[in-house]
Amino acid sequence: MTIKKISYVDSKSINAIAIGGAVLGSGGGGDPYVGRLMTQQSMNESGGVNVIDIESLPDDALILPIAMMGAPTVMIEKFPSGNEFAQLIPMIEKMLTKPVSAILCIEAGGLNSTIPFAAASKLGLPIIDGDAMGRAFPELQMVTFTLGGISATPMAMVDEKGNGCNYETISNVWTEKLARAITIEMGGCAMCSLYPVSAKQCKDYLIKGSISLIHHIGSIIEKNGFKAYEILVQELNGKHLFKGRVRDVERRMEGGYNRGIVKLEGVDDFANREAKVDFQNEFLVATEGDNVLATTPDLICMFDANTGSPVTAETIKYGLAVNVLGLPCDPIWQSEKAIEMVGPRYFKYDIDYKPL
Amino acid sequence: MIRVGVDVGGTNTDAVVMDGKKFLGGAKRSTTTDILTGVENAIKAALIEAKTASTRVDVLIIGTTHFVNALIQRTKLAQTGLIRMCLPSGSSILPFADWPKSLVDGMSGSYKLIKGGYEMDGSEITQLDHSELIGAAQELFDLGCKQVAISSVFATVRGDMEQEAFDVLSKAVPGISITLSKSIGGMGLLERENAAIINASLRPLAKEVVDSFQMLKENISLSCPMFFTRNDGTLIEASEVIELPVLTFACGPTNSMRGAAFLTGLKDALVVDIGGTTTDVGEVQDGFPRLAGTSVMVADVRTNFAMPDVISIGLGGGSIVNEKDTMSIGPISVGHDLPYKAKVFSGDTLTATDLAVAGGRCKVGEVMPPPINSLDKLLEIMDKMISDQVARARTSNKDIPVIAVGGGSVMMPSKVDGLKVICPPHNDLANAVGAAIAQVSGQVSRVVLLNDSINRDSAIKEVTDEATKLAVKRHADPKSISVLTVSDMPLSYLPGNNLLINVTVVGDLLMEEI
Repeated sequence: MTIKKISYVDSKSINAIAIGGAVLGSGGGGDPYVGRLMTQQSMNESGGVNVIDIESLPDDALILPIAMMGAPTVMIEKFPSGNEFAQLIPMIEKMLTKPVSAILCIEAGGLNSTIPFAAASKLGLPIIDGDAMGRAFPELQMVTFTLGGISATPMAMVDEKGNGCNYETISNVWTEKLARAITIEMGGCAMCSLYPVSAKQCKDYLIKGSISLIHHIGSIIEKNGFKAYEILVQELNGKHLFKGRVRDVERRMEGGYNRGIVKLEGVDDFANREAKVDFQNEFLVATEGDNVLATTPDLICMFDANTGSPVTAETIKYGLAVNVLGLPCDPIWQSEKAIEMVGPRYFKYDIDYKPL
Repeated sequence: MIRVGVDVGGTNTDAVVMDGKKFLGGAKRSTTTDILTGVENAIKAALIEAKTASTRVDVLIIGTTHFVNALIQRTKLAQTGLIRMCLPSGSSILPFADWPKSLVDGMSGSYKLIKGGYEMDGSEITQLDHSELIGAAQELFDLGCKQVAISSVFATVRGDMEQEAFDVLSKAVPGISITLSKSIGGMGLLERENAAIINASLRPLAKEVVDSFQMLKENISLSCPMFFTRNDGTLIEASEVIELPVLTFACGPTNSMRGAAFLTGLKDALVVDIGGTTTDVGEVQDGFPRLAGTSVMVADVRTNFAMPDVISIGLGGGSIVNEKDTMSIGPISVGHDLPYKAKVFSGDTLTATDLAVAGGRCKVGEVMPPPINSLDKLLEIMDKMISDQVARARTSNKDIPVIAVGGGSVMMPSKVDGLKVICPPHNDLANAVGAAIAQVSGQVSRVVLLNDSINRDSAIKEVTDEATKLAVKRHADPKSISVLTVSDMPLSYLPGNNLLINVTVVGDLLMEEI
């Protein structure tokens, strides 16, 4: 596949990024709507954002990932002040005694595919064409940097009131614990920077080109609507796993996650067949009877068969007709160590990962 | 009790006359540009059909699309401003974000962000500063915004700050007219605020519409009280419509669903309403339409007030059939020209009605349509369009019936998505029937402190009694009251064990015989 590299994103092209981000969200990663509005406002005030290749930076340049953390219900009620980024960056720069050269998107799926653009626009910094997941995952440590033994701290968090804190931890598990507690005290939502990395570390562990990729995917959907999935299958080496109507959605809250099963009744080429897709925030396993169609870390994506828009696990409804696609994950997730961290067995499914 | 129900639709205005639960007569007339002439024509014709003198009518109930049309056409919108109580949060997404520019331009679009709002647990983000509030309102007022919408962060958890702002401004800024976001929308600041702004911008028009209906009543010698229908299928008094016109926005589909349930005697069903240009599909649960869960787009603006979950497609009796290259039906329709343009009326346009007649589903028109190539294929396409929407409107795979209503209901196959189709008598007037049978509601939302003498159950009962009293005051028959929804949520920000209790009850309208 050849994806056209993008070098600049403005308040118009961020739309395609938000849609493409929702696709790589694999059903999770939060609703990109709030993120898109924030970024558009920021870009209307402070201008668009340059997208650069990691290879263009010297090895010791400081790259800073930015993300929004918190409960979805808070994010749709209490919006950030917009001053958080200008506070966050100096905090990290002071700790590391070094200026930030570029912003990074840690998760190119869901809400956090657009938020870093709001930060980059506000601060006049470029954004790196790449991310550390190539999709969305539910836990903080599930990034390629963890495979390289890179710590999530020093981590900094700020709220809309102007409170800020930064900390060092002994492990990424502690980072997750502290971050969660502070987010609650900050009113349920906080802007954070974590996994500060050097350009050298990025060059070794980054999933490269993912910003261009989500822009490309979003543009295909904007242009082709319900037929977009056919093009995506071809261009991204994916598989059309199933087309069906949602006949049941079983949901339960478990350990703070939105877990459940979507059952599909086949239509058109898939008539008289049945499939099911398990989710924990993201779609994790797709099966037809005993036959496993796809599993994490490969991406399982659903598209509204009538409009072509990506569908999230949170909003999927009975009766909706969907196309289910399997897209291959970045090869970095296929090592034994990576599969231990993000493969089906980590999520308590008694199956082995078989690449698409 | 004699009730006249009216439904003003895009193409037709329907009126029915009912005596209690008995259908006496009804009529369908073209909707006119001034609306009122069409309503007058329909009511007069219905009274003649029902052999009922206008002096015997006890109540007039109107469902109208006036307000939503004004918004879509961007006409008669008042200059409106917004005050959002949120600082220091909130500035990263400013009000009117994502609105169509033409609509913002049509209503000034001025706004002020001030200190205030709540956290998710109900504690204050910052205290409301009265002088800052009054200053903001005065500035908007001086810009020409006599209509002001007020929103606060987490107003759905705690509404007191919006109420406080209302009380302060009503005294401090004479002539200002205020809409509070908590009276209209649910969770989601932007969507709730949008709904409040839309409501504020429609208030002067609402006053005009209510006044003109009062005049119309006099013109046709109706001396009875008048009500309007709300999005949820219950009644709203004329004085309340002037305050909260958006509550009537989606009454069209609601009335047709309620009417369909009434005409069949079914409480749980899917309803397919096929008109001249579009088909609406929704679900009735326990006699009331199922409401949309998340945001609803109104005139390209994201809002979140309670509206029925309706799926619309561009397929109706007048939909133009393309039998050549694409083999498609609609979304373009001949609209009210069906009686001239359709083949069954010796016209020159092949319509969905012609397909239904040729397929032997109904007898409409003056002549049989000419033979249609690939008729079976076209009927299959039409049925698939309907069954796709029915499948999407279902919430479970329970075997429930499908009620077909509206002028185009004759086109329906006998089964859709594997479900049986029922076509009740008078189904073409189902929406006006839905208006005529609309019930009265009473909704109360109150915080109760639990202690030794009052537990959760007795607190809920207390609030339910209060809601019942409210419904009875609004002319509900006390004997017919039933509880529609109950919810309770513990509030952690107040000391002690507090519950926020919401109760909605409904009952039949009871008017004193005149």
